[in-house]
Amino acid sequence: MENTLHQEHEHYDAEASKIGMWLFIFTELLLFGGLFIVYSVYRFLNPEAFHLAAEELNTTIGAINTVILLVSSMTIAMSTSTLQMRKKGATLFLLGVTVVLGLVFLVNKYFEWGAKFEHGIWPGSEHLKTAFSQGEILFFGLYYVMTGLHALHIIIGLIIIFFAIHRVNRGTVNENRAALLENAGLYWHLVDLIWIFLFPLFYLIH
Amino acid sequence: MSNEKHHIVPFKVYILVLIALLALTFASIGIVSIELGKYTVAAALIFATIKSFLVLTYFMHLKYDKPYIKAMVGFVFAIFFVVIIITFLDYLYRA
Repeated sequence: MENTLHQEHEHYDAEASKIGMWLFIFTELLLFGGLFIVYSVYRFLNPEAFHLAAEELNTTIGAINTVILLVSSMTIAMSTSTLQMRKKGATLFLLGVTVVLGLVFLVNKYFEWGAKFEHGIWPGSEHLKTAFSQGEILFFGLYYVMTGLHALHIIIGLIIIFFAIHRVNRGTVNENRAALLENAGLYWHLVDLIWIFLFPLFYLIH
Repeated sequence: MSNEKHHIVPFKVYILVLIALLALTFASIGIVSIELGKYTVAAALIFATIKSFLVLTYFMHLKYDKPYIKAMVGFVFAIFFVVIIITFLDYLYRA
C-alpha cells in the first residue's frame, strides 16, 4: 500500500559516482601507462636519437602550455568550492575561465604541430623517412600519438565542462547534487596529470 | 547516505598548490639545463612525481576522501610502478 504512495525518486549517490569516475580514470592510466612504457623502452634503446629529435621541440611553448593547464586545473578545482558555497555566478565564471584556458592550450598545440608540418615532420612524411634515423622516427611517432591523444582528452574534457556549465546554469547541478561537476573536475585533473609527465619526457631532453 | 556536504576547500589552499606546481615546473626546466648526465631524466621525473602527488592530493581531493579511495588509487599507481620496474629489469639484464 505504502509503496504506491511513494513518488518515484531519481537515484543519486555521490560516492558511487566518484568511485565510478576513479575506476574510469584507472582505465585511462592503463591507456597512457602503456604508451609511457613503450616510450621509456624505445628511449632506453635509442638514447642519442631521442636526444637529437627532442631538439626540434619548442620548450617555451611546452612550458607555456604547462602553466596554462596548471592554472586551469586550479580554476576548475575552485569552481567545486564555489558550488558548495552556493555561489552560482562565481562557479560559472571559473568554469568559463577553465574552458578559455583549455582552448588556448589547443590553439598553442595547433601552432606547435603546424610548425612541425612546415618542417616536413609528420608521421610517414618523406622528409622524416629520408633525413632521420629509426630512433628519431620513433620519437616523432610517439610525440604525435601521445600529445595527439592528450589533445583529444582536452577536447573531451571541454565537452564535459560545457555540460557541467549548462547544468549548473539550470540549477540541476547544485550544492546538493555536485557529482557531475566533481567528476568533470577529476577528468580535467587527469588530463593535467598526464601532461605533467608528457612535458618533461618530450620537451625537457637536453 | 553519502550525499552529506563534504569539506569545502578554501581558495588559499588551491592558490598555494598552484604556486608550488609552477615553482616545481620552472625548477624542472632549470635542472635539466644543468649538465647532470644520465641523472637529468631522473631529476625531471622526480619533479613530475612530486607535482602529480600535489594534483592528486589537493586538486583531486584525495586528502579529503575516505581511506579506501586513497588505498585504491595508491594500489593502482603502485602496480603501474612495479610493471615499469619489471620491464626495465628485463631490458637492463638482457644478454
